[in-house]
Amino acid sequence: MSEIKASMAGNMWKIVVKEGDKVEAGDDVAILESMKMEIPISTEQSGIIKEIKVREGDFINEGDVIAVIE
Amino acid sequence: MIKKILIANRGEIAARIIRTCKKMAIATVAIYSEADEFAPYVKMADEGYLIGPPRVNESYMNMEKIIQIAKEADVCAIHPGYGLLSENSEFARKCKEANIIFIGPSANIIEKMGDKITARKLMKPAGVPVIPGTEGAVKTVAEAKEAVKHIGYPVMLKASAGGGGVGLQTVSNEEELEKTFENNSKRAESLFGDGSMFIEKQLENARHIEVQVLADEHGNTVHLFERECSIQRRNQKVIEEAPATILSEKTRNLMGEVSVKAVKELGYTNAGTIEFLVDSEEQFYFLEMNTRIQVEHPITEEITGIDLIEQQINIASGKILDMNQSDIIHNGHAIEARIYAEDPKNFFPSPGKITQYEEPVEKYIRIESSVRNESNVTPFYDPMISKLIVTGESREEAILRLKEALGNYKIEGIKTNIPMLIRVVNHEQFKSGNTPTNFVQNFLADKKV
Repeated sequence: MSEIKASMAGNMWKIVVKEGDKVEAGDDVAILESMKMEIPISTEQSGIIKEIKVREGDFINEGDVIAVIE
Repeated sequence: MIKKILIANRGEIAARIIRTCKKMAIATVAIYSEADEFAPYVKMADEGYLIGPPRVNESYMNMEKIIQIAKEADVCAIHPGYGLLSENSEFARKCKEANIIFIGPSANIIEKMGDKITARKLMKPAGVPVIPGTEGAVKTVAEAKEAVKHIGYPVMLKASAGGGGVGLQTVSNEEELEKTFENNSKRAESLFGDGSMFIEKQLENARHIEVQVLADEHGNTVHLFERECSIQRRNQKVIEEAPATILSEKTRNLMGEVSVKAVKELGYTNAGTIEFLVDSEEQFYFLEMNTRIQVEHPITEEITGIDLIEQQINIASGKILDMNQSDIIHNGHAIEARIYAEDPKNFFPSPGKITQYEEPVEKYIRIESSVRNESNVTPFYDPMISKLIVTGESREEAILRLKEALGNYKIEGIKTNIPMLIRVVNHEQFKSGNTPTNFVQNFLADKKV
Protein backbone atom coordinates (compact mmCIF):
# COMPACT_ATOMS: atom_id res chain seq x y z
CA MET A 1 0.00 0.00 0.00
CA SER A 2 1.30 3.49 -0.76
CA GLU A 3 0.11 7.06 -0.70
CA ILE A 4 -0.11 9.56 -3.51
CA LYS A 5 0.79 12.99 -2.15
CA ALA A 6 0.37 16.54 -3.45
CA SER A 7 3.61 17.99 -4.78
CA MET A 8 2.51 21.55 -3.97
CA ALA A 9 -0.25 23.56 -2.36
CA GLY A 10 -3.33 24.40 -4.38
CA ASN A 11 -6.97 23.85 -5.10
CA MET A 12 -8.19 20.34 -6.01
CA TRP A 13 -9.57 21.00 -9.44
CA LYS A 14 -10.41 17.53 -10.78
CA ILE A 15 -10.09 13.98 -9.49
CA VAL A 16 -9.72 11.77 -12.52
CA VAL A 17 -9.89 8.31 -10.88
CA LYS A 18 -12.46 6.50 -8.73
CA GLU A 19 -11.99 4.11 -5.85
CA GLY A 20 -11.47 0.64 -7.30
CA ASP A 21 -9.85 1.93 -10.53
CA LYS A 22 -6.75 0.14 -11.80
CA VAL A 23 -3.89 2.58 -12.53
CA GLU A 24 -0.46 2.25 -14.09
CA ALA A 25 2.66 4.08 -12.90
CA GLY A 26 2.65 7.54 -14.47
CA ASP A 27 -1.14 7.77 -14.79
CA ASP A 28 -2.78 11.00 -13.68
CA VAL A 29 -4.81 10.67 -10.52
CA ALA A 30 -5.90 14.24 -9.95
CA ILE A 31 -5.38 17.75 -11.25
CA LEU A 32 -4.43 20.47 -8.83
CA GLU A 33 -4.81 24.14 -9.57
CA SER A 34 -2.09 26.39 -8.23
CA MET A 35 -1.22 29.94 -9.28
CA LYS A 36 -3.63 29.78 -12.22
CA MET A 37 -1.99 26.64 -13.60
CA GLU A 38 -3.32 23.10 -13.71
CA ILE A 39 -0.84 20.64 -12.20
CA PRO A 40 -1.42 16.95 -12.90
CA ILE A 41 -0.66 14.62 -9.99
CA SER A 42 0.34 11.16 -11.12
CA THR A 43 1.02 7.90 -9.35
CA GLU A 44 4.51 6.46 -9.17
CA GLN A 45 3.17 2.95 -8.66
CA SER A 46 0.74 0.72 -10.46
CA GLY A 47 -2.17 -0.73 -8.51
CA ILE A 48 -5.77 -0.30 -7.44
CA ILE A 49 -7.06 2.97 -6.00
CA LYS A 50 -8.16 1.95 -2.50
CA GLU A 51 -9.24 5.26 -1.13
CA ILE A 52 -9.57 8.88 -2.27
CA LYS A 53 -8.84 11.24 0.59
CA VAL A 54 -9.89 14.58 -0.90
CA ARG A 55 -12.81 16.12 -2.73
CA GLU A 56 -12.90 18.43 -5.73
CA GLY A 57 -12.78 22.02 -4.52
CA ASP A 58 -10.75 21.19 -1.40
CA PHE A 59 -7.69 23.24 -0.60
CA ILE A 60 -4.64 20.96 -0.50
CA ASN A 61 -1.34 21.62 1.24
CA GLU A 62 1.98 20.31 0.01
CA GLY A 63 2.39 16.72 1.18
CA ASP A 64 -1.33 16.07 1.76
CA VAL A 65 -2.42 12.57 0.82
CA ILE A 66 -4.64 12.59 -2.27
CA ALA A 67 -5.26 8.86 -2.58
CA VAL A 68 -4.15 5.51 -1.25
CA ILE A 69 -3.07 2.86 -3.74
CA GLU A 70 -2.73 -0.87 -3.21
CA MET B 1 -12.81 65.47 -11.28
CA ILE B 2 -11.98 62.11 -9.74
CA LYS B 3 -10.99 62.58 -6.10
CA LYS B 4 -10.98 59.03 -4.77
CA ILE B 5 -10.35 55.68 -6.46
CA LEU B 6 -10.85 52.10 -5.33
CA ILE B 7 -8.34 49.69 -6.85
CA ALA B 8 -10.12 46.41 -7.56
CA ASN B 9 -6.89 44.46 -7.81
CA ARG B 10 -3.87 43.31 -5.83
CA GLY B 11 -0.10 42.95 -6.04
CA GLU B 12 2.22 45.08 -8.12
CA ILE B 13 -0.46 46.64 -10.32
CA ALA B 14 -2.42 47.87 -7.28
CA ALA B 15 0.80 49.47 -5.98
CA ARG B 16 1.52 50.95 -9.43
CA ILE B 17 -1.94 52.54 -9.66
CA ILE B 18 -1.73 53.93 -6.12
CA ARG B 19 1.59 55.58 -6.99
CA THR B 20 0.06 57.57 -9.85
CA CYS B 21 -2.99 58.44 -7.72
CA LYS B 22 -0.68 59.91 -5.09
CA LYS B 23 1.06 61.98 -7.77
CA MET B 24 -2.35 63.27 -8.90
CA ALA B 25 -3.50 63.94 -5.30
CA ILE B 26 -6.26 61.34 -5.58
CA ALA B 27 -7.20 59.37 -2.44
CA THR B 28 -6.93 55.58 -2.72
CA VAL B 29 -8.82 52.59 -1.36
CA ALA B 30 -7.26 49.11 -1.45
CA ILE B 31 -9.19 45.87 -1.11
CA TYR B 32 -7.44 42.73 0.10
CA SER B 33 -8.18 39.08 0.73
CA GLU B 34 -7.18 37.28 3.91
CA ALA B 35 -4.09 36.04 2.04
CA ASP B 36 -2.98 39.60 1.19
CA GLU B 37 -3.43 41.24 4.59
CA PHE B 38 0.27 42.10 4.85
CA ALA B 39 0.87 42.88 1.17
CA PRO B 40 2.84 46.09 0.48
CA TYR B 41 0.10 47.67 -1.67
CA VAL B 42 -2.40 47.59 1.21
CA LYS B 43 -0.10 49.76 3.34
CA MET B 44 0.41 52.23 0.49
CA ALA B 45 -3.31 52.99 0.11
CA ASP B 46 -5.09 55.60 2.22
CA GLU B 47 -7.74 53.07 3.22
CA GLY B 48 -7.90 49.29 3.11
CA TYR B 49 -10.89 46.94 3.24
CA LEU B 50 -10.80 43.20 3.85
CA ILE B 51 -12.88 41.67 1.09
CA GLY B 52 -12.99 37.98 1.96
CA PRO B 53 -11.22 34.62 1.96
CA PRO B 54 -8.18 34.03 -0.29
CA ARG B 55 -9.86 32.46 -3.31
CA VAL B 56 -10.61 35.00 -6.03
CA ASN B 57 -14.27 34.06 -6.35
CA GLU B 58 -14.78 34.97 -2.74
CA SER B 59 -12.59 38.07 -2.86
CA TYR B 60 -11.25 39.95 -5.91
CA MET B 61 -13.97 38.58 -8.21
CA ASN B 62 -16.82 39.33 -5.81
CA MET B 63 -18.49 42.18 -7.72
CA GLU B 64 -21.31 42.88 -5.27
CA LYS B 65 -18.94 43.15 -2.34
CA ILE B 66 -16.50 45.39 -4.23
CA ILE B 67 -19.26 47.77 -5.23
CA GLN B 68 -20.62 47.76 -1.70
CA ILE B 69 -17.17 48.76 -0.37
CA ALA B 70 -16.82 51.39 -3.09
CA LYS B 71 -20.10 52.95 -1.95
CA GLU B 72 -19.17 52.71 1.71
CA ALA B 73 -15.79 54.34 1.04
CA ASP B 74 -17.51 56.94 -1.14
CA VAL B 75 -15.17 56.63 -4.13
CA CYS B 76 -15.78 58.31 -7.50
CA ALA B 77 -14.14 55.60 -9.58
CA ILE B 78 -12.83 52.03 -9.67
CA HIS B 79 -9.59 51.06 -11.40
CA PRO B 80 -9.71 47.35 -12.28
CA GLY B 81 -5.99 46.89 -13.15
CA TYR B 82 -5.40 43.81 -15.35
CA GLY B 83 -6.77 40.27 -15.01
CA LEU B 84 -9.51 39.68 -12.39
CA LEU B 85 -12.50 41.94 -13.24
CA SER B 86 -10.68 44.20 -15.71
CA GLU B 87 -12.33 42.72 -18.80
CA ASN B 88 -15.63 41.79 -17.20
CA SER B 89 -18.41 43.72 -18.93
CA GLU B 90 -20.91 42.83 -16.20
CA PHE B 91 -18.69 44.50 -13.62
CA ALA B 92 -18.28 47.61 -15.78
CA ARG B 93 -22.07 47.74 -16.11
CA LYS B 94 -22.61 47.30 -12.37
CA CYS B 95 -20.19 50.16 -11.65
CA LYS B 96 -22.13 52.42 -13.98
CA GLU B 97 -25.44 51.47 -12.38
CA ALA B 98 -23.95 52.35 -8.99
CA ASN B 99 -22.84 55.74 -10.38
CA ILE B 100 -19.18 54.84 -10.07
CA ILE B 101 -16.81 55.51 -12.96
CA PHE B 102 -15.21 52.31 -14.30
CA ILE B 103 -11.72 53.29 -15.46
CA GLY B 104 -11.75 51.58 -18.82
CA PRO B 105 -13.89 51.37 -21.95
CA SER B 106 -17.68 50.91 -21.98
CA ALA B 107 -19.23 47.59 -20.91
CA ASN B 108 -20.53 47.19 -24.43
CA ILE B 109 -17.11 47.26 -26.06
CA ILE B 110 -15.51 45.06 -23.39
CA GLU B 111 -18.17 42.48 -24.18
CA LYS B 112 -17.55 42.65 -27.92
CA MET B 113 -13.77 42.45 -27.68
CA GLY B 114 -13.97 39.68 -25.08
CA ASP B 115 -15.48 37.35 -27.60
CA LYS B 116 -12.74 36.48 -30.09
CA ILE B 117 -15.18 35.69 -32.88
CA THR B 118 -17.09 38.99 -32.52
CA ALA B 119 -13.83 40.93 -32.20
CA ARG B 120 -12.57 39.43 -35.44
CA LYS B 121 -15.82 40.21 -37.22
CA LEU B 122 -15.61 43.85 -36.11
CA MET B 123 -11.91 44.29 -36.93
CA LYS B 124 -12.18 43.14 -40.53
CA PRO B 125 -14.46 45.98 -41.76
CA ALA B 126 -12.44 48.44 -39.63
CA GLY B 127 -9.54 47.72 -41.99
CA VAL B 128 -7.50 45.48 -39.70
CA PRO B 129 -6.07 42.39 -41.40
CA VAL B 130 -7.19 39.14 -39.72
CA ILE B 131 -5.59 35.68 -39.81
CA PRO B 132 -7.34 33.19 -42.12
CA GLY B 133 -9.69 31.20 -39.91
CA THR B 134 -13.27 30.25 -39.05
CA GLU B 135 -15.82 33.03 -39.23
CA GLY B 136 -17.97 31.61 -36.45
CA ALA B 137 -17.74 29.32 -33.47
CA VAL B 138 -17.14 25.68 -34.31
CA LYS B 139 -19.01 23.19 -32.16
CA THR B 140 -18.26 19.73 -33.58
CA VAL B 141 -15.24 17.80 -34.88
CA ALA B 142 -16.93 17.38 -38.26
CA GLU B 143 -17.38 21.13 -38.61
CA ALA B 144 -13.77 21.62 -37.53
CA LYS B 145 -12.47 19.19 -40.17
CA GLU B 146 -14.46 20.92 -42.88
CA ALA B 147 -13.18 24.34 -41.81
CA VAL B 148 -9.53 23.26 -41.83
CA LYS B 149 -9.89 22.07 -45.46
CA HIS B 150 -10.11 25.73 -46.44
CA ILE B 151 -7.51 27.03 -43.97
CA GLY B 152 -4.79 24.36 -44.26
CA TYR B 153 -2.62 22.81 -41.51
CA PRO B 154 -1.04 23.71 -39.12
CA VAL B 155 -3.89 25.44 -37.29
CA MET B 156 -4.35 26.90 -33.85
CA LEU B 157 -7.34 25.77 -31.79
CA LYS B 158 -8.69 28.35 -29.38
CA ALA B 159 -11.50 28.31 -26.90
CA SER B 160 -13.90 31.05 -27.99
CA ALA B 161 -14.37 32.16 -24.38
CA GLY B 162 -10.80 31.46 -23.18
CA GLY B 163 -7.81 33.66 -22.44
CA GLY B 164 -4.53 33.34 -20.57
CA GLY B 165 -3.26 30.38 -22.52
CA VAL B 166 -5.95 27.90 -21.46
CA GLY B 167 -7.49 26.10 -24.41
CA LEU B 168 -4.84 27.14 -26.94
CA GLN B 169 -3.25 24.35 -28.94
CA THR B 170 -1.49 23.83 -32.25
CA VAL B 171 -2.72 21.00 -34.44
CA SER B 172 -0.72 19.69 -37.42
CA ASN B 173 -2.95 16.98 -38.93
CA GLU B 174 -6.46 15.53 -38.96
CA GLU B 175 -5.72 12.82 -36.41
CA GLU B 176 -4.47 15.40 -33.91
CA LEU B 177 -7.44 17.61 -34.66
CA GLU B 178 -9.90 14.86 -33.70
CA LYS B 179 -8.18 14.23 -30.39
CA THR B 180 -7.49 17.79 -29.33
CA PHE B 181 -10.77 19.26 -30.46
CA GLU B 182 -12.85 17.08 -28.16
CA ASN B 183 -10.51 17.40 -25.20
CA ASN B 184 -10.21 21.16 -25.46
CA SER B 185 -13.87 21.70 -26.15
CA LYS B 186 -14.83 19.69 -23.06
CA ARG B 187 -12.30 21.57 -20.99
CA ALA B 188 -13.53 24.95 -22.24
CA GLU B 189 -17.10 23.89 -21.50
CA SER B 190 -16.23 23.05 -17.89
CA LEU B 191 -13.97 26.08 -17.39
CA PHE B 192 -15.84 28.84 -19.18
CA GLY B 193 -19.29 27.32 -19.68
CA ASP B 194 -18.81 27.56 -23.44
CA GLY B 195 -17.24 24.72 -25.41
CA SER B 196 -17.24 26.41 -28.81
CA MET B 197 -13.87 26.64 -30.50
CA PHE B 198 -12.30 28.93 -32.97
CA ILE B 199 -9.75 27.75 -35.54
CA GLU B 200 -7.17 29.83 -37.31
CA LYS B 201 -4.09 29.38 -39.44
CA GLN B 202 -0.90 28.91 -37.44
CA LEU B 203 1.60 31.39 -38.84
CA GLU B 204 5.16 30.12 -39.17
CA ASN B 205 7.85 32.01 -37.24
CA ALA B 206 5.38 34.65 -36.17
CA ARG B 207 6.14 37.45 -33.74
CA HIS B 208 3.73 38.84 -31.18
CA ILE B 209 3.70 42.63 -31.51
CA GLU B 210 1.05 44.85 -29.95
CA VAL B 211 0.11 48.50 -30.33
CA GLN B 212 -0.81 50.71 -27.36
CA VAL B 213 -3.66 53.14 -27.98
CA LEU B 214 -5.31 55.93 -26.01
CA ALA B 215 -8.70 57.36 -26.92
CA ASP B 216 -10.64 60.05 -25.07
CA GLU B 217 -14.42 60.51 -24.99
CA HIS B 218 -14.23 63.38 -27.49
CA GLY B 219 -13.02 61.44 -30.52
CA ASN B 220 -9.27 62.01 -30.07
CA THR B 221 -7.18 58.90 -30.55
CA VAL B 222 -3.43 58.32 -30.55
CA HIS B 223 -1.09 55.33 -30.53
CA LEU B 224 2.03 55.00 -28.41
CA PHE B 225 3.89 52.66 -30.75
CA GLU B 226 4.38 48.97 -30.21
CA ARG B 227 5.70 46.37 -27.80
CA GLU B 228 7.37 43.17 -28.94
CA CYS B 229 6.20 40.27 -26.73
CA SER B 230 7.39 37.15 -28.55
CA ILE B 231 9.31 35.65 -25.63
CA GLN B 232 6.59 33.49 -24.10
CA ARG B 233 6.22 30.28 -22.17
CA ARG B 234 2.90 28.39 -22.02
CA ASN B 235 1.56 31.10 -24.36
CA GLN B 236 2.19 33.74 -21.70
CA LYS B 237 4.64 36.59 -22.01
CA VAL B 238 7.96 36.49 -20.16
CA ILE B 239 10.09 39.23 -21.75
CA GLU B 240 8.74 42.25 -23.60
CA GLU B 241 10.53 45.11 -25.29
CA ALA B 242 9.86 48.40 -27.00
CA PRO B 243 10.36 49.30 -29.74
CA ALA B 244 10.22 46.05 -31.75
CA THR B 245 13.54 45.44 -33.48
CA ILE B 246 12.21 43.68 -36.57
CA LEU B 247 9.81 46.39 -37.68
CA SER B 248 10.73 48.88 -40.37
CA GLU B 249 9.65 52.44 -39.64
CA LYS B 250 7.10 52.08 -42.43
CA THR B 251 5.42 49.02 -40.86
CA ARG B 252 5.62 50.58 -37.40
CA ASN B 253 3.70 53.63 -38.58
CA LEU B 254 1.26 51.55 -40.60
CA MET B 255 0.42 49.35 -37.59
CA GLY B 256 -0.13 52.46 -35.52
CA GLU B 257 -2.37 54.07 -38.15
CA VAL B 258 -4.44 50.90 -38.62
CA SER B 259 -4.88 50.59 -34.84
CA VAL B 260 -5.99 54.20 -34.44
CA LYS B 261 -8.47 53.84 -37.27
CA ALA B 262 -9.93 50.66 -35.79
CA VAL B 263 -10.27 52.19 -32.33
CA LYS B 264 -12.10 55.18 -33.82
CA GLU B 265 -14.48 52.99 -35.80
CA LEU B 266 -15.22 50.86 -32.76
CA GLY B 267 -15.93 53.95 -30.67
CA TYR B 268 -13.42 52.64 -28.14
CA THR B 269 -12.37 54.87 -25.25
CA ASN B 270 -9.57 54.78 -22.63
CA ALA B 271 -6.32 52.79 -22.89
CA GLY B 272 -6.28 49.64 -24.96
CA THR B 273 -3.94 47.31 -26.75
CA ILE B 274 -4.35 45.69 -30.12
CA GLU B 275 -2.30 42.50 -30.35
CA PHE B 276 -0.97 41.36 -33.72
CA LEU B 277 0.98 38.45 -35.12
CA VAL B 278 3.64 39.61 -37.54
CA ASP B 279 5.26 37.25 -40.05
CA SER B 280 8.78 37.41 -41.49
CA GLU B 281 7.50 39.53 -44.41
CA GLU B 282 6.19 42.13 -41.93
CA GLN B 283 2.60 41.21 -42.74
CA PHE B 284 0.56 41.78 -39.61
CA TYR B 285 -2.69 40.15 -38.50
CA PHE B 286 -5.13 40.97 -35.70
CA LEU B 287 -4.88 38.61 -32.73
CA GLU B 288 -7.04 40.21 -30.06
CA MET B 289 -7.76 43.46 -28.31
CA ASN B 290 -7.09 43.91 -24.60
CA THR B 291 -9.50 46.43 -23.16
CA ARG B 292 -7.40 47.32 -20.12
CA ILE B 293 -3.93 48.30 -18.96
CA GLN B 294 -1.35 45.61 -19.80
CA VAL B 295 1.19 43.99 -17.50
CA GLU B 296 3.95 45.24 -19.81
CA HIS B 297 2.74 48.87 -20.03
CA PRO B 298 5.87 50.24 -18.26
CA ILE B 299 8.11 49.71 -21.31
CA THR B 300 5.87 52.03 -23.33
CA GLU B 301 5.99 54.55 -20.49
CA GLU B 302 9.78 54.34 -20.43
CA ILE B 303 10.28 55.06 -24.14
CA THR B 304 7.55 57.71 -24.47
CA GLY B 305 7.68 59.38 -21.05
CA ILE B 306 3.87 59.13 -20.76
CA ASP B 307 2.21 57.80 -17.57
CA LEU B 308 -0.48 55.48 -18.91
CA ILE B 309 -2.35 55.17 -15.60
CA GLU B 310 -2.57 58.96 -15.39
CA GLN B 311 -3.92 59.03 -18.94
CA GLN B 312 -6.51 56.38 -18.05
CA ILE B 313 -7.72 58.40 -15.08
CA ASN B 314 -7.85 61.64 -17.08
CA ILE B 315 -9.80 60.00 -19.90
CA ALA B 316 -12.23 58.44 -17.42
CA SER B 317 -12.76 61.91 -15.91
CA GLY B 318 -13.89 63.13 -19.32
CA LYS B 319 -10.78 65.20 -20.03
CA ILE B 320 -9.52 65.85 -23.54
CA LEU B 321 -6.26 64.05 -24.45
CA ASP B 322 -3.44 66.53 -23.90
CA MET B 323 -1.38 65.30 -26.85
CA ASN B 324 -1.48 64.90 -30.61
CA GLN B 325 0.09 62.00 -32.48
CA SER B 326 2.99 64.21 -33.55
CA ASP B 327 3.79 65.00 -29.89
CA ILE B 328 4.45 61.34 -29.15
CA ILE B 329 8.00 60.25 -29.82
CA HIS B 330 9.96 57.23 -28.68
CA ASN B 331 13.40 57.46 -27.16
CA GLY B 332 15.83 54.63 -26.44
CA HIS B 333 14.96 51.02 -25.72
CA ALA B 334 13.15 49.39 -22.79
CA ILE B 335 12.91 45.72 -21.83
CA GLU B 336 10.73 44.11 -19.18
CA ALA B 337 11.38 40.69 -17.65
CA ARG B 338 8.64 39.08 -15.59
CA ILE B 339 9.89 37.33 -12.48
CA TYR B 340 7.67 34.34 -11.74
CA ALA B 341 7.59 32.13 -8.65
CA GLU B 342 8.05 28.97 -10.66
CA ASP B 343 10.43 26.16 -11.47
CA PRO B 344 12.71 27.44 -14.28
CA LYS B 345 12.79 23.98 -15.87
CA ASN B 346 9.16 22.92 -16.14
CA PHE B 347 7.39 26.23 -15.28
CA PHE B 348 5.48 24.61 -12.42
CA PRO B 349 4.45 27.09 -9.72
CA SER B 350 6.60 27.45 -6.63
CA PRO B 351 4.55 29.00 -3.84
CA GLY B 352 6.14 29.48 -0.40
CA LYS B 353 7.81 31.95 1.91
CA ILE B 354 10.46 34.29 0.55
CA THR B 355 13.29 34.17 3.09
CA GLN B 356 15.44 36.76 1.38
CA TYR B 357 14.47 39.39 -1.18
CA GLU B 358 16.76 42.00 -2.67
CA GLU B 359 16.19 43.95 -5.85
CA PRO B 360 18.86 45.39 -8.16
CA VAL B 361 19.10 49.19 -7.88
CA GLU B 362 20.32 51.51 -10.66
CA LYS B 363 18.94 54.68 -12.15
CA TYR B 364 18.04 52.85 -15.36
CA ILE B 365 16.18 50.11 -13.48
CA ARG B 366 12.49 50.27 -12.61
CA ILE B 367 10.93 47.54 -10.51
CA GLU B 368 7.27 46.84 -9.97
CA SER B 369 6.97 44.22 -7.28
CA SER B 370 4.31 42.58 -5.13
CA VAL B 371 6.67 41.07 -2.56
CA ARG B 372 9.46 41.91 -0.15
CA ASN B 373 11.54 40.12 2.46
CA GLU B 374 9.49 37.51 4.38
CA SER B 375 6.54 37.74 1.96
CA ASN B 376 4.46 34.64 1.59
CA VAL B 377 3.78 33.73 -2.05
CA THR B 378 0.42 31.98 -1.88
CA PRO B 379 -0.96 29.48 -4.40
CA PHE B 380 -4.13 31.52 -4.92
CA TYR B 381 -2.99 34.02 -7.51
CA ASP B 382 -0.82 34.55 -10.54
CA PRO B 383 2.84 33.48 -10.00
CA MET B 384 4.30 36.86 -11.07
CA ILE B 385 6.10 38.43 -8.12
CA SER B 386 8.14 41.17 -9.71
CA LYS B 387 8.66 43.03 -12.97
CA LEU B 388 12.12 44.23 -13.91
CA ILE B 389 12.19 47.07 -16.42
CA VAL B 390 15.50 48.37 -17.77
CA THR B 391 16.15 51.12 -20.26
CA GLY B 392 19.11 51.96 -22.43
CA GLU B 393 19.94 54.22 -25.32
CA SER B 394 20.17 51.21 -27.59
CA ARG B 395 18.85 47.65 -27.49
CA GLU B 396 22.40 46.38 -26.91
CA GLU B 397 22.79 48.61 -23.87
CA ALA B 398 19.39 47.59 -22.51
CA ILE B 399 20.28 43.89 -22.90
CA LEU B 400 23.59 44.32 -21.05
CA ARG B 401 21.82 46.13 -18.24
CA LEU B 402 19.07 43.52 -18.11
CA LYS B 403 21.62 40.74 -17.81
CA GLU B 404 23.41 42.50 -14.98
CA ALA B 405 20.17 43.37 -13.17
CA LEU B 406 18.87 39.79 -13.36
CA GLY B 407 22.11 38.62 -11.77
CA ASN B 408 21.68 41.10 -8.94
CA TYR B 409 18.28 39.89 -7.76
CA LYS B 410 18.47 37.86 -4.58
CA ILE B 411 15.36 35.76 -4.01
CA GLU B 412 15.60 32.86 -1.57
CA GLY B 413 13.02 30.42 -0.23
CA ILE B 414 11.11 29.86 -3.46
CA LYS B 415 12.11 28.92 -6.98
CA THR B 416 12.00 31.63 -9.63
CA ASN B 417 12.39 31.74 -13.40
CA ILE B 418 15.47 34.01 -13.15
CA PRO B 419 17.91 31.26 -14.27
CA MET B 420 15.75 30.71 -17.36
CA LEU B 421 15.56 34.48 -18.06
CA ILE B 422 19.37 34.72 -17.87
CA ARG B 423 19.72 31.85 -20.34
CA VAL B 424 17.32 33.58 -22.74
CA VAL B 425 19.11 36.93 -22.46
CA ASN B 426 22.49 35.25 -23.13
CA HIS B 427 21.18 33.41 -26.17
CA GLU B 428 22.57 34.51 -29.54
CA GLN B 429 19.10 34.36 -31.09
CA PHE B 430 17.75 36.77 -28.49
CA LYS B 431 20.72 39.11 -28.93
CA SER B 432 20.18 39.17 -32.68
CA GLY B 433 16.47 39.87 -32.15
CA ASN B 434 15.41 36.80 -34.09
CA THR B 435 12.83 35.31 -31.73
CA PRO B 436 9.49 34.02 -32.98
CA THR B 437 6.83 33.10 -30.39
CA ASN B 438 8.01 29.47 -30.25
CA PHE B 439 11.55 30.57 -29.30
CA VAL B 440 11.41 29.53 -25.62
CA GLN B 441 9.81 26.21 -26.46
CA ASN B 442 12.44 25.37 -29.09
CA PHE B 443 15.28 26.68 -27.00
CA LEU B 444 14.27 24.53 -24.03
CA ALA B 445 13.85 21.45 -26.19
CA ASP B 446 17.31 22.09 -27.58
CA LYS B 447 19.08 22.58 -24.27
CA LYS B 448 17.62 22.13 -20.80
CA VAL B 449 17.92 25.19 -18.58
